[in-house]
Amino acid sequence: MDKLGEWVLPVAVVGILLFGMLRRVPVFDTFLQGAKEGLSSSVSILPALIGLMMGVTMLGASGALDMLSAFLRPAAQWLGFPVEAIPLALLRPFSGSGSTALAASLFTSISPDSFEGKVISVLLGSSETTFYAVAVYFGAIGVKKTKWAVPAALTGDFVTTAASVAAVLLLFGS
Amino acid sequence: MLNKIWGGMILISFLAAMVTGRMAELSQAVMEGSGRAVTLTISMAGMMCTWTGLLKIAEKGGLTSLIAKWMAPVVGLLLPGYQKGGEAFRAVSMNITANLLGIGNAATPLGIAAMKAMAQEHGAKVLPDRGMIRFVVLNTASIQLIPTYTAALRLQYGSAAPFSITPAVWVVSIAALIAALGMSRLLESRWRHG
Repeated sequence: MDKLGEWVLPVAVVGILLFGMLRRVPVFDTFLQGAKEGLSSSVSILPALIGLMMGVTMLGASGALDMLSAFLRPAAQWLGFPVEAIPLALLRPFSGSGSTALAASLFTSISPDSFEGKVISVLLGSSETTFYAVAVYFGAIGVKKTKWAVPAALTGDFVTTAASVAAVLLLFGS
Repeated sequence: MLNKIWGGMILISFLAAMVTGRMAELSQAVMEGSGRAVTLTISMAGMMCTWTGLLKIAEKGGLTSLIAKWMAPVVGLLLPGYQKGGEAFRAVSMNITANLLGIGNAATPLGIAAMKAMAQEHGAKVLPDRGMIRFVVLNTASIQLIPTYTAALRLQYGSAAPFSITPAVWVVSIAALIAALGMSRLLESRWRHG
Protein backbone atom coordinates (compact mmCIF):
# COMPACT_ATOMS: atom_id res chain seq x y z
CA MET A 1 0.00 0.00 0.00
CA ASP A 2 2.87 2.39 0.78
CA LYS A 3 4.19 1.94 -2.72
CA LEU A 4 0.84 2.61 -4.38
CA GLY A 5 1.44 6.36 -4.62
CA GLU A 6 4.58 5.85 -6.68
CA TRP A 7 2.63 3.98 -9.35
CA VAL A 8 -0.30 6.32 -9.98
CA LEU A 9 1.50 9.04 -11.94
CA PRO A 10 3.62 6.84 -14.25
CA VAL A 11 0.64 4.57 -14.96
CA ALA A 12 -1.55 7.58 -15.82
CA VAL A 13 1.12 9.01 -18.16
CA VAL A 14 1.78 5.66 -19.90
CA GLY A 15 -1.95 4.94 -20.10
CA ILE A 16 -2.69 8.20 -21.91
CA LEU A 17 0.28 7.72 -24.24
CA LEU A 18 -0.55 4.10 -25.06
CA PHE A 19 -4.19 4.92 -25.72
CA GLY A 20 -3.13 7.71 -28.09
CA MET A 21 -0.65 5.47 -29.92
CA LEU A 22 -3.26 2.75 -30.37
CA ARG A 23 -5.56 5.35 -31.92
CA ARG A 24 -2.70 6.45 -34.21
CA VAL A 25 -2.36 9.94 -32.74
CA PRO A 26 0.95 11.63 -33.67
CA VAL A 27 1.81 11.72 -29.96
CA PHE A 28 4.84 14.01 -29.87
CA ASP A 29 3.41 16.61 -32.24
CA THR A 30 0.16 16.61 -30.30
CA PHE A 31 2.02 16.88 -27.01
CA LEU A 32 3.91 19.96 -28.23
CA GLN A 33 0.69 21.57 -29.38
CA GLY A 34 -0.90 21.09 -25.97
CA ALA A 35 2.20 22.01 -23.99
CA LYS A 36 2.28 25.39 -25.72
CA GLU A 37 -1.15 26.15 -24.25
CA GLY A 38 0.15 25.26 -20.79
CA LEU A 39 2.72 28.00 -21.06
CA SER A 40 0.13 30.71 -21.56
CA SER A 41 -1.95 29.24 -18.70
CA SER A 42 1.07 29.50 -16.39
CA VAL A 43 1.50 33.15 -17.25
CA SER A 44 -2.20 33.92 -16.80
CA ILE A 45 -2.27 32.60 -13.21
CA LEU A 46 0.96 34.33 -12.14
CA PRO A 47 -0.57 37.67 -11.01
CA ALA A 48 -3.13 35.96 -8.77
CA LEU A 49 -0.41 33.76 -7.33
CA ILE A 50 1.91 36.69 -6.59
CA GLY A 51 -0.83 38.48 -4.66
CA LEU A 52 -1.83 35.40 -2.71
CA MET A 53 1.70 34.30 -1.81
CA MET A 54 2.61 37.81 -0.71
CA GLY A 55 -0.41 37.90 1.62
CA VAL A 56 0.22 34.42 3.03
CA THR A 57 3.92 35.07 3.62
CA MET A 58 3.09 38.36 5.39
CA LEU A 59 0.46 36.66 7.55
CA GLY A 60 2.98 34.05 8.66
CA ALA A 61 5.89 36.45 9.24
CA SER A 62 3.86 39.00 11.22
CA GLY A 63 2.89 36.51 13.91
CA ALA A 64 -0.81 37.06 13.13
CA LEU A 65 -1.35 33.31 12.84
CA ASP A 66 0.11 32.67 16.30
CA MET A 67 -2.00 35.45 17.80
CA LEU A 68 -5.20 34.10 16.24
CA SER A 69 -4.32 30.58 17.42
CA ALA A 70 -3.83 31.82 20.97
CA PHE A 71 -7.15 33.64 20.78
CA LEU A 72 -8.98 30.49 19.64
CA ARG A 73 -7.30 28.26 22.22
CA PRO A 74 -9.98 28.38 24.95
CA ALA A 75 -12.80 27.68 22.50
CA ALA A 76 -10.90 24.75 21.01
CA GLN A 77 -10.15 23.31 24.43
CA TRP A 78 -13.79 23.55 25.38
CA LEU A 79 -14.82 21.77 22.17
CA GLY A 80 -12.23 19.02 22.57
CA PHE A 81 -10.24 20.11 19.53
CA PRO A 82 -6.49 19.51 19.99
CA VAL A 83 -4.86 22.93 20.47
CA GLU A 84 -1.74 21.82 18.57
CA ALA A 85 -3.83 21.54 15.41
CA ILE A 86 -5.30 25.09 15.54
CA PRO A 87 -2.53 26.81 13.51
CA LEU A 88 -2.79 24.02 10.92
CA ALA A 89 -6.56 24.44 10.58
CA LEU A 90 -6.08 28.19 10.10
CA LEU A 91 -3.23 27.91 7.60
CA ARG A 92 -4.64 25.01 5.55
CA PRO A 93 -7.00 27.06 3.29
CA PHE A 94 -4.22 29.54 2.46
CA SER A 95 -1.08 27.54 1.88
CA GLY A 96 -0.50 23.95 0.82
CA SER A 97 3.28 23.85 1.20
CA GLY A 98 3.05 25.88 4.41
CA SER A 99 0.61 23.49 6.05
CA THR A 100 2.62 20.44 5.00
CA ALA A 101 5.72 22.00 6.56
CA LEU A 102 3.72 22.86 9.69
CA ALA A 103 2.33 19.32 9.99
CA ALA A 104 5.85 17.92 9.58
CA SER A 105 7.16 20.14 12.37
CA LEU A 106 4.21 19.14 14.60
CA PHE A 107 5.02 15.46 13.99
CA THR A 108 8.51 15.92 15.44
CA SER A 109 6.94 16.36 18.89
CA ILE A 110 3.55 14.63 18.42
CA SER A 111 3.37 10.99 17.32
CA PRO A 112 1.34 10.60 14.09
CA ASP A 113 -0.42 7.68 15.80
CA SER A 114 -1.57 9.64 18.87
CA PHE A 115 -5.05 11.21 19.02
CA GLU A 116 -3.65 14.67 18.17
CA GLY A 117 -1.47 13.17 15.44
CA LYS A 118 -4.44 11.44 13.85
CA VAL A 119 -6.52 14.63 13.89
CA ILE A 120 -3.62 16.50 12.26
CA SER A 121 -3.32 13.76 9.60
CA VAL A 122 -7.04 13.68 8.83
CA LEU A 123 -7.18 17.48 8.66
CA LEU A 124 -4.28 17.55 6.20
CA GLY A 125 -5.55 14.64 4.13
CA SER A 126 -9.17 15.78 3.75
CA SER A 127 -8.66 19.35 2.60
CA GLU A 128 -7.27 21.34 -0.28
CA THR A 129 -5.76 24.82 -0.49
CA THR A 130 -9.03 26.74 -0.84
CA PHE A 131 -7.77 30.23 -1.63
CA TYR A 132 -5.18 28.90 -4.04
CA ALA A 133 -7.89 27.11 -6.04
CA VAL A 134 -10.24 30.12 -6.00
CA ALA A 135 -7.52 32.63 -6.96
CA VAL A 136 -5.92 30.46 -9.62
CA TYR A 137 -9.08 29.13 -11.29
CA PHE A 138 -10.93 32.43 -11.46
CA GLY A 139 -7.68 34.27 -12.19
CA ALA A 140 -7.04 32.01 -15.19
CA ILE A 141 -10.20 33.18 -16.96
CA GLY A 142 -10.01 36.72 -15.60
CA VAL A 143 -13.42 36.97 -13.91
CA LYS A 144 -13.51 39.76 -11.36
CA LYS A 145 -16.24 38.54 -9.01
CA THR A 146 -16.14 35.18 -7.29
CA LYS A 147 -19.71 35.50 -5.97
CA TRP A 148 -20.48 32.84 -3.33
CA ALA A 149 -17.48 30.60 -4.12
CA VAL A 150 -15.51 31.66 -1.02
CA PRO A 151 -18.32 31.31 1.57
CA ALA A 152 -19.29 27.91 0.14
CA ALA A 153 -15.68 26.68 0.09
CA LEU A 154 -15.01 27.93 3.63
CA THR A 155 -18.13 26.10 4.85
CA GLY A 156 -16.42 22.96 3.60
CA ASP A 157 -13.19 23.86 5.41
CA PHE A 158 -15.05 24.48 8.65
CA VAL A 159 -16.77 21.11 8.37
CA THR A 160 -13.39 19.47 7.69
CA THR A 161 -11.98 20.93 10.91
CA ALA A 162 -14.95 19.94 13.07
CA ALA A 163 -15.45 16.53 11.45
CA SER A 164 -11.78 15.51 11.71
CA VAL A 165 -12.05 15.36 15.51
CA ALA A 166 -15.41 13.60 15.34
CA ALA A 167 -14.17 11.05 12.79
CA VAL A 168 -11.03 10.20 14.79
CA LEU A 169 -13.12 9.77 17.96
CA LEU A 170 -15.69 7.68 16.13
CA LEU A 171 -13.35 5.45 14.13
CA PHE A 172 -10.47 5.07 16.57
CA GLY A 173 -12.31 5.60 19.83
CA SER A 174 -9.48 7.58 21.42
CA MET B 1 -14.81 38.80 -1.89
CA LEU B 2 -11.16 38.17 -2.75
CA ASN B 3 -10.58 41.92 -2.72
CA LYS B 4 -11.68 42.15 0.91
CA ILE B 5 -9.89 38.98 2.00
CA TRP B 6 -6.62 39.96 0.40
CA GLY B 7 -6.79 43.48 1.78
CA GLY B 8 -7.70 42.06 5.17
CA MET B 9 -4.75 39.66 5.16
CA ILE B 10 -2.29 42.47 4.57
CA LEU B 11 -3.90 44.87 7.07
CA ILE B 12 -4.03 42.19 9.77
CA SER B 13 -0.41 41.30 9.06
CA PHE B 14 0.62 44.94 9.51
CA LEU B 15 -1.30 45.31 12.76
CA ALA B 16 0.03 42.01 14.11
CA ALA B 17 3.59 42.97 13.21
CA MET B 18 3.13 46.25 15.12
CA VAL B 19 2.07 44.33 18.22
CA THR B 20 4.70 41.58 17.98
CA GLY B 21 7.48 43.92 16.83
CA ARG B 22 8.19 41.83 13.75
CA MET B 23 8.23 44.72 11.26
CA ALA B 24 11.63 43.64 9.88
CA GLU B 25 10.29 40.14 9.19
CA LEU B 26 7.19 41.67 7.58
CA SER B 27 9.16 43.79 5.15
CA GLN B 28 11.21 40.71 4.33
CA ALA B 29 7.95 38.83 3.68
CA VAL B 30 6.67 41.42 1.19
CA MET B 31 9.71 40.88 -1.00
CA GLU B 32 9.98 37.14 -0.43
CA GLY B 33 6.30 36.31 -1.00
CA SER B 34 6.14 37.72 -4.50
CA GLY B 35 9.44 36.11 -5.42
CA ARG B 36 8.17 32.80 -4.14
CA ALA B 37 5.14 33.00 -6.43
CA VAL B 38 7.40 33.48 -9.45
CA THR B 39 9.58 30.54 -8.39
CA LEU B 40 6.47 28.43 -7.91
CA THR B 41 5.07 29.40 -11.32
CA ILE B 42 8.34 28.56 -13.03
CA SER B 43 8.65 25.21 -11.28
CA MET B 44 4.97 24.55 -11.99
CA ALA B 45 5.18 25.61 -15.64
CA GLY B 46 6.88 22.34 -16.51
CA MET B 47 4.12 20.29 -14.92
CA MET B 48 1.48 22.57 -16.43
CA CYS B 49 2.84 22.07 -19.96
CA THR B 50 3.31 18.34 -19.42
CA TRP B 51 -0.33 17.91 -18.48
CA THR B 52 -1.86 20.20 -21.09
CA GLY B 53 0.30 18.27 -23.58
CA LEU B 54 -0.90 14.89 -22.31
CA LEU B 55 -4.46 16.21 -22.22
CA LYS B 56 -4.18 17.03 -25.93
CA ILE B 57 -3.08 13.46 -26.66
CA ALA B 58 -5.97 12.11 -24.58
CA GLU B 59 -8.32 14.50 -26.41
CA LYS B 60 -7.15 13.48 -29.91
CA GLY B 61 -7.19 9.77 -29.10
CA GLY B 62 -10.73 9.98 -27.74
CA LEU B 63 -9.76 9.03 -24.18
CA THR B 64 -11.31 12.18 -22.69
CA SER B 65 -14.64 11.43 -24.41
CA LEU B 66 -14.54 7.95 -22.93
CA ILE B 67 -13.83 9.24 -19.41
CA ALA B 68 -16.45 11.96 -19.85
CA LYS B 69 -18.99 9.26 -20.71
CA TRP B 70 -18.21 7.36 -17.48
CA MET B 71 -18.32 10.56 -15.45
CA ALA B 72 -21.42 11.93 -17.18
CA PRO B 73 -23.88 11.28 -14.30
CA VAL B 74 -21.70 13.23 -11.85
CA VAL B 75 -20.51 15.98 -14.18
CA GLY B 76 -24.04 16.48 -15.54
CA LEU B 77 -25.22 17.26 -12.01
CA LEU B 78 -22.31 19.59 -11.38
CA LEU B 79 -22.53 21.55 -14.62
CA PRO B 80 -26.10 22.46 -15.48
CA GLY B 81 -26.46 24.07 -18.88
CA TYR B 82 -23.24 22.78 -20.39
CA GLN B 83 -23.25 20.66 -23.50
CA LYS B 84 -22.97 16.97 -22.55
CA GLY B 85 -19.73 15.62 -23.95
CA GLY B 86 -18.57 19.11 -24.99
CA GLU B 87 -15.04 20.39 -24.43
CA ALA B 88 -15.81 21.88 -21.01
CA PHE B 89 -17.60 18.71 -19.97
CA ARG B 90 -14.62 16.58 -20.99
CA ALA B 91 -12.03 18.78 -19.30
CA VAL B 92 -14.05 18.78 -16.06
CA SER B 93 -14.21 14.96 -16.21
CA MET B 94 -10.43 14.78 -16.58
CA ASN B 95 -9.91 17.17 -13.64
CA ILE B 96 -12.19 15.10 -11.40
CA THR B 97 -10.40 11.89 -12.43
CA ALA B 98 -6.99 13.42 -11.61
CA ASN B 99 -8.35 14.60 -8.25
CA LEU B 100 -9.74 11.16 -7.40
CA LEU B 101 -6.42 9.54 -8.28
CA GLY B 102 -4.59 12.12 -6.19
CA ILE B 103 -2.46 13.48 -9.05
CA GLY B 104 -2.51 17.04 -7.75
CA ASN B 105 0.11 18.11 -10.30
CA ALA B 106 -2.30 17.20 -13.06
CA ALA B 107 -5.52 18.38 -11.44
CA THR B 108 -4.62 22.08 -11.49
CA PRO B 109 -3.60 22.31 -15.17
CA LEU B 110 -6.61 20.20 -16.16
CA GLY B 111 -8.86 22.38 -13.98
CA ILE B 112 -7.56 25.55 -15.59
CA ALA B 113 -8.15 24.03 -19.01
CA ALA B 114 -11.69 23.22 -17.84
CA MET B 115 -12.31 26.80 -16.64
CA LYS B 116 -11.09 28.16 -19.98
CA ALA B 117 -13.34 25.77 -21.87
CA MET B 118 -16.31 26.76 -19.69
CA ALA B 119 -15.59 30.45 -20.21
CA GLN B 120 -15.46 29.84 -23.95
CA GLU B 121 -18.73 27.93 -24.00
CA HIS B 122 -20.64 30.41 -21.86
CA GLY B 123 -18.64 33.50 -22.57
CA ALA B 124 -18.06 34.68 -18.97
CA LYS B 125 -16.45 38.10 -18.90
CA VAL B 126 -16.94 39.52 -15.43
CA LEU B 127 -19.28 37.12 -13.63
CA PRO B 128 -18.80 33.37 -13.30
CA ASP B 129 -21.92 31.19 -13.73
CA ARG B 130 -23.10 28.63 -11.18
CA GLY B 131 -21.42 25.74 -13.02
CA MET B 132 -18.02 27.45 -12.78
CA ILE B 133 -18.55 28.22 -9.11
CA ARG B 134 -19.59 24.64 -8.32
CA PHE B 135 -16.54 23.39 -10.16
CA VAL B 136 -14.17 25.68 -8.23
CA VAL B 137 -15.86 24.78 -4.93
CA LEU B 138 -15.38 21.09 -5.77
CA ASN B 139 -11.70 21.79 -6.29
CA THR B 140 -11.38 23.51 -2.91
CA ALA B 141 -12.53 20.26 -1.30
CA SER B 142 -10.55 17.04 -1.32
CA ILE B 143 -11.91 14.05 -3.24
CA GLN B 144 -8.73 11.99 -3.26
CA LEU B 145 -9.43 8.26 -2.90
CA ILE B 146 -6.16 7.35 -1.20
CA PRO B 147 -4.34 9.96 0.92
CA THR B 148 -0.88 8.90 -0.25
CA TYR B 149 0.84 12.21 0.48
CA THR B 150 -0.37 12.43 4.08
CA ALA B 151 0.42 8.75 4.60
CA ALA B 152 3.96 9.28 3.31
CA LEU B 153 4.39 12.14 5.78
CA ARG B 154 3.07 9.94 8.61
CA LEU B 155 5.44 7.13 7.65
CA GLN B 156 8.37 9.53 7.61
CA TYR B 157 7.60 10.53 11.20
CA GLY B 158 7.39 6.98 12.50
CA SER B 159 3.75 5.99 12.13
CA ALA B 160 3.18 2.25 12.58
CA ALA B 161 0.11 2.35 10.31
CA PRO B 162 0.38 5.31 7.90
CA PHE B 163 -2.79 4.44 5.97
CA SER B 164 -4.94 3.78 9.06
CA ILE B 165 -6.45 7.27 8.72
CA THR B 166 -7.91 6.51 5.27
CA PRO B 167 -11.51 5.69 6.38
CA ALA B 168 -11.54 8.81 8.58
CA VAL B 169 -10.29 10.88 5.64
CA TRP B 170 -13.14 9.50 3.50
CA VAL B 171 -15.80 10.34 6.08
CA VAL B 172 -14.47 13.87 6.60
CA SER B 173 -13.93 14.55 2.88
CA ILE B 174 -17.45 13.47 2.00
CA ALA B 175 -18.97 15.53 4.83
CA ALA B 176 -16.99 18.60 3.75
CA LEU B 177 -17.83 18.13 0.08
CA ILE B 178 -21.55 17.82 0.81
CA ALA B 179 -21.40 20.90 3.05
CA ALA B 180 -19.48 22.99 0.49
CA LEU B 181 -21.57 22.03 -2.54
CA GLY B 182 -24.76 22.21 -0.47
CA MET B 183 -23.89 25.74 0.64
CA SER B 184 -23.06 26.65 -2.95
CA ARG B 185 -26.43 25.31 -4.08
CA LEU B 186 -28.20 27.19 -1.29
CA LEU B 187 -26.50 30.49 -2.13
CA GLU B 188 -27.24 30.23 -5.85
CA SER B 189 -30.74 31.56 -5.38
CA ARG B 190 -30.04 33.86 -2.43
CA TRP B 191 -26.90 35.74 -3.44
CA ARG B 192 -27.64 39.43 -3.90
CA HIS B 193 -24.30 41.25 -3.93
CA GLY B 194 -21.30 40.79 -6.25
